[in-house]
Amino acid sequence: MTTDRVVRLTGVTRIHGKGPGAVHALKDVSLDLAAGELVAVMGPSGSGKSTLLNLAGGLDRPTAGVVTVENVHLGSLPARELARLRRRHVGYVFQDLNLIPSLTAAENVMLPRELDGVRTRQARREAEAVLGEVGVAQVADRFPDEISGGQRQRVAIARALVGERRLLLADEPTGALDTATGEDILALLRARCDAGAAVLLVTHEPRLAAWADRVVFLRDGAITDTTVAVTS
Amino acid sequence: MSIRHGILALLTQGPRYGYQLRTEFEASTGATWPLNIGQVYTTLSRMERDGLVAPGEQDEQGRVVYAITDKGRSELERWFGTPVAQADRPRDELVIKLAMAVTSPSADVRQVVRAQRTATMRALQELTRAKRAEAGAAQRLVLDSMIFQAEAEQRWLDHCEVVLAAAPATTQETTDDD
Repeated sequence: MTTDRVVRLTGVTRIHGKGPGAVHALKDVSLDLAAGELVAVMGPSGSGKSTLLNLAGGLDRPTAGVVTVENVHLGSLPARELARLRRRHVGYVFQDLNLIPSLTAAENVMLPRELDGVRTRQARREAEAVLGEVGVAQVADRFPDEISGGQRQRVAIARALVGERRLLLADEPTGALDTATGEDILALLRARCDAGAAVLLVTHEPRLAAWADRVVFLRDGAITDTTVAVTS
Repeated sequence: MSIRHGILALLTQGPRYGYQLRTEFEASTGATWPLNIGQVYTTLSRMERDGLVAPGEQDEQGRVVYAITDKGRSELERWFGTPVAQADRPRDELVIKLAMAVTSPSADVRQVVRAQRTATMRALQELTRAKRAEAGAAQRLVLDSMIFQAEAEQRWLDHCEVVLAAAPATTQETTDDD
């Protein structure tokens, strides 16, 4: 079996600040995600979970080590190229969804594509298709404050997926949703993985991490354990 | 809880043979509570003695169909209407092991926590996988119950780790296998 690697971190260290006050947020972390894999990162507050996610998505640069996304070494890219790579290949879902309240669901999903130079009509078609895939086609023309929390979360996932993006980074994506709705969101992320995406999920809820193929435990910026699901 | 209330609930859907009751009981609890046929017949004969079920005629193969009685229905109603008590649960081996590891000089409690957390997470992953393959609402909710219990254990282990990290170590060897 050939592994279709989507993201790789090799010996990644991230130090915030300098001198005696420097904080080692991550220490020599290595992690690979292949297409079709869901990896969950767990750890207490301050263990480096969000730093890891930001580095994997090119939102932050490592102090040492190498991050590659779709076999492109992020450290070698100038800022403009890095921004383009993020838009094309990486989708983000945060607890704070950052949907733009004055745009409809469809317009929110269209936005990253339009920034990429895709024409409005084409972007609209793509948005409708991906909203349908995540089960909220019916709210395409509603504004974020007119739909439920679960629907907003699905719209945010649709926005993260639109285009050809195969790497999905999710930081506590179920936020304040009730447990059953939160599970629906995990089922959706799982389905995207099974359809060929790679998902890196940060969560403090073991029940949600259990949807992953691998669970990585971070403590004090280092990986202490990895749990692999038994393949059936 | 008892098997008898489960049997009464199944019998509200119509009379059943013993082997049918066994199959349906296991199906509705997601195969997490296996019964042997002997348990089913022993329970049925006690229920018959207590007037909760009534046997019908034997068929030519010697099998007997059981039906729920009025007394059985009111017992079932009482059961559904009464919350389950926090009864004396069997003592939890993990809790005892951890408490012992904290005080015993021969144990590395952090390693005990870590090994257990890995095992519990793996169990959670397996339960989640089983749930994904499960379509029925009853079976799904049974698996959810086990998932929430495993999660509670996992949260407790995380809590133990934080509390122990704040406390001075009783025994300490650094592990360098990370």
